[in-house]
Amino acid sequence: MQLQPMAAGRLSQAAPPADAAIAIDDVTLRFVTPDGHMMTAIRDFTMTVARGEFACVVGPTGCGKSTTLNLVTGLLRPTTGNVRVMGNPVTDISRDIGFVFQADALFPWRSVIDNVAAGPLYRGTSKAQAYERARDWIGRVGLGRFEKHYPHQLSGGMRKRVALAQTFINQPKILLMDEPFSALDMQTRTAMQDELLGLWSEQKSSVVFVTHDLEEAVALADKVYVLTAGPGTVKSVYRIDLPRPRVMADIRYDPKFVEIAKVIWNDLREEVQLGQSRTLQTGH
Amino acid sequence: MTAISPAADHAAVRDASIAVAESMAKAQLRLRHALVIGLRLAILVVFLGLWELGADYNFIDPFFFASPSGIWQQIWSWITEGTSQGPLWLQTYVTLEETFLGFVIGALGGIAAGIILGRNRLLADVFSIYIKIANSVPRVVLGSVFIIALGLGMASKVALAVVMVFFVVFANAFQGVREADRAMIANAQILGASPFQITRTVIIPSAMSWILASLHVSFGFALVGAVVGEFLGAKQGMGLLISTAQGAFNANGVFAAMVILAVMALVVEFIITRFENYVVKWRPAPFNEQGA
Repeated sequence: MQLQPMAAGRLSQAAPPADAAIAIDDVTLRFVTPDGHMMTAIRDFTMTVARGEFACVVGPTGCGKSTTLNLVTGLLRPTTGNVRVMGNPVTDISRDIGFVFQADALFPWRSVIDNVAAGPLYRGTSKAQAYERARDWIGRVGLGRFEKHYPHQLSGGMRKRVALAQTFINQPKILLMDEPFSALDMQTRTAMQDELLGLWSEQKSSVVFVTHDLEEAVALADKVYVLTAGPGTVKSVYRIDLPRPRVMADIRYDPKFVEIAKVIWNDLREEVQLGQSRTLQTGH
Repeated sequence: MTAISPAADHAAVRDASIAVAESMAKAQLRLRHALVIGLRLAILVVFLGLWELGADYNFIDPFFFASPSGIWQQIWSWITEGTSQGPLWLQTYVTLEETFLGFVIGALGGIAAGIILGRNRLLADVFSIYIKIANSVPRVVLGSVFIIALGLGMASKVALAVVMVFFVVFANAFQGVREADRAMIANAQILGASPFQITRTVIIPSAMSWILASLHVSFGFALVGAVVGEFLGAKQGMGLLISTAQGAFNANGVFAAMVILAVMALVVEFIITRFENYVVKWRPAPFNEQGA
């Protein structure tokens, strides 16, 4: 079994390779809170995701996991350091990026097909073509019979399928996911993880998947980043070389999986405890 | 481990009993519906009957408080013989036109202002103080200003109806824009929407329930604006009819005009509800729809 922390803590000195899909290089992000205090969300943060690689980010609550995603989208700008996507510095929201949110971000006043067609329509594709592609993608996520339904008529798992179709229809080279399945029940989550891996292996996109669920991270990822309790920085990076294709329902009983999860959990546990005791002390 | 499966031979019996239970539940729903309608009618009949009896036996002085039969006679004579200021339909038409114009202009202005200020924080911070000030002025007083400035014609009533409607719709549109879900906006942004596309396809639809809620209230306000404007000085309209009846101590006339205004308001309210249901047909049906 190959399990090695690639580098613990600061691996920032090694400049990320130029052809990486995502390169976050020694980034610190501070912002001023509404009551005038300076908050450090993440510090000295370095992360590289190669093309076609699936990276997961785990860490205690409030350590800045979601912040890393917003740095890649360009919705947040680093205070120091730089972020490159496909070799170019991030200036605006890139067309190469897809984002699946934790909360339900579908448009409730649009039917399933109108939701899925939204991306191409926003980007100026003709109506006929956008709907044709939307129909295709709805079929791929198995919702062919629900084209005309509105989101409130669907179950949580089905809504996530729509969200995946809505994101994948733009054929993003970079896929960012912010705890996308955390609100789903266990069975649905497992099914959605399989769905995601299937779509990902067809599309060959580079993924950053943020989760608080370590087992989900180990099951899905090529690479797991463990963050420290806030302000977040990379504590360690693990390469997960479980063979692909992986089947989510079975992998959790794989002895190799269990062993990897145990090692990473020992690493993560300290940070979780630290984060919790800090929250209890400061009261927020 | 053994799997436990229930015996299947009871399935037919179970289906039959479900059908019986369903039809009983349906019958019960119909019965309840009929009960609600019946009670509503009963309350109306009792109320009008007591009023009429009270007036007949002088418990309630019909000179001051009118009587249902007197009100009906007044409406009937207005319909058949016309009012002192022309036919009744013309009075209702004039008032409706003023109300409607004021409502449309005020609502469109309110929606536009709400969206612009809702989307632009600087403008909102700058203008919020002036809107608060303008909103705190008792708007009916503006009626006098409008009559002086715009004369006895339709314009002054429309203007009063507009200011009555504008602030209500503005406040709701503004709030609706502010409450638009941030994840949804970010989603549209990343899917490739331009700021204008975000306003059109995310902000406006999500503010729509707020705006529609305000339209219900503000049509009533538009009617108040028009009628009060006519009260203050007019040549036509229901407000003038009321103030004429008031001058002649004709309580039946005041109540009759009130009934006609109520009918107008209810009809328009019905139309707005239909419009609302059409516009927001994506919304889940409320658990317990009121009314019948």
